[in-house]
Amino acid sequence: MRKYYEFVVEGLIFISGIASIIFVLLIFIFLLKEGLMLFRQVGVFEFLFGEHWYPISEPPRLGILPLILGSLWVTFGATVISVPIGVACAIYIGEIAPGWLREILKAGVELLAAIPSIVLGFIGLVTLVPLVKKIFHLPTGLTALSGSIMLAFMAMPTIVSIMEDALNAVPRGYREGSVAMGATKWQTIRRIVLPSASSGIIAAVMLGIGRVIGETMAVMMITGNAAMIPKSFFQPVRTMTATIAAEMGETVQGSDHYFALFAIGIVLFAITFVVNLFADMSLHQKQARV
Amino acid sequence: MVDQKIQIKHLDFYYGKFQALKEVNLSIPEREITAIIGPSGCGKSTLLRCLNRMNDLVSGAKVEGEVLIDGEDIYQPSTDLVRLRKKVGMVFQRPNPFPISIFDNIAYGPSIHRFAAKKELPGIVEKSLEAVGLWDALKGRLSEHALALSGEQQQRLCIARLLAVEADILLMDEPCSALDPIATERIEELMRKLQKNYTIVIVTHNMQQAARVSSRVAYFYLGELIEFGSTQRIFTTPLRQETEDYITGRFG
Repeated sequence: MRKYYEFVVEGLIFISGIASIIFVLLIFIFLLKEGLMLFRQVGVFEFLFGEHWYPISEPPRLGILPLILGSLWVTFGATVISVPIGVACAIYIGEIAPGWLREILKAGVELLAAIPSIVLGFIGLVTLVPLVKKIFHLPTGLTALSGSIMLAFMAMPTIVSIMEDALNAVPRGYREGSVAMGATKWQTIRRIVLPSASSGIIAAVMLGIGRVIGETMAVMMITGNAAMIPKSFFQPVRTMTATIAAEMGETVQGSDHYFALFAIGIVLFAITFVVNLFADMSLHQKQARV
Repeated sequence: MVDQKIQIKHLDFYYGKFQALKEVNLSIPEREITAIIGPSGCGKSTLLRCLNRMNDLVSGAKVEGEVLIDGEDIYQPSTDLVRLRKKVGMVFQRPNPFPISIFDNIAYGPSIHRFAAKKELPGIVEKSLEAVGLWDALKGRLSEHALALSGEQQQRLCIARLLAVEADILLMDEPCSALDPIATERIEELMRKLQKNYTIVIVTHNMQQAARVSSRVAYFYLGELIEFGSTQRIFTTPLRQETEDYITGRFG
């Protein structure tokens, strides 16, 4: 009796353990199956580098270059804004803030991560968008810049919390050794602590970027969603994620448009996969060395 | 009479409410090795860390009394900690070279204190490594990662980087406790060589080590200095019963 019980428990745990892998595989297979159908009709090159996304004109034009560039611009902008602030914030929390303040700040950062993206998008729409419009004298505030700023808020918690872990993992002996030689706090942080935590910092930034690329709701609400090749941060852009979200409900199943949306999913999957891979590699590189 | 390099007067030290050092009076002579011995928790590491004010990093730490180094009280508000720690170097229990190259480990001090131009650095690195007996072994590997060295070499490197900033007091907090006996012997040899030019204060729980390397010994128990004198006298004719009990291994 006991033997059967053990067997059942082990089996259940095993199934739960591999379930996540199976789901990823199934999702990936489904994505490929639907997405690759598109390429019976449309060339890969034409799809990736086509400059026009008119999915419901006749004949439809399914070039996603504006969408890829839209995603990249918004991501780039969000990275430029969130990385310096996030890194500085992590240094302050991890190295400088006194104990009680550190706890408050950490809780604050976690709370920021807990805000649903639709709420951030909504707040951005009613506060940030009019502000951007007014400051830069634009016809509309729904721009790549607004999207970047809002997404920077979403990348921050990821960057800060992972980087803070990386700083925490730096052995105390390094700091003591440096301070005992007469180095100031800032010299110690800049010359000893940051370089020793560098792989963790890179991983933090990468995961932050991964978060931004995959984000949908907030960007859909505040970037203006015009599928044009962006020429400046003050123009509306449309990201890949927003395109899928906005159009999936209205497309005919089995049409080229439908398959194209899945193909966008594949591109998105590939990009986030590569970003996460880099993050993972820089995390493990450190373990291999020490 | 030898000069008194460090004079500790009426020193009390508290971690919060706990008094770790009680009314310590001690004069440490220049260019000699002074060993501080005693059982765990007797305050010997705390005392060492009072001499370069590393205890400032501990929250709730409080110091009363005076520590004079070259006649200057280092607990004056006007004390320049950067200058103090440049002059009073510290070697830790676990070798802690920085996770950068061997060259950069030595060059770190001169560059943070900005007293050497870039082109002088190779000379400083050579001189410092030479002084700790690492130059011949490492001269072709200066760009290698310092953590690739053996424990003993790492500890020598940690000593070398203090010599590079022209420290003249070396505080050693159980510098050999993470090393094997042969490495320990070689580090002790190095200490004997260095005492010609440096004042060394070593904390050790190893009485044989104190007997081998030091010329003076201070025995601490529960935060109090029990006895201080020449190593030979302390180990042959201790004046206090407690000292005798400890060095003969009756307790501790």
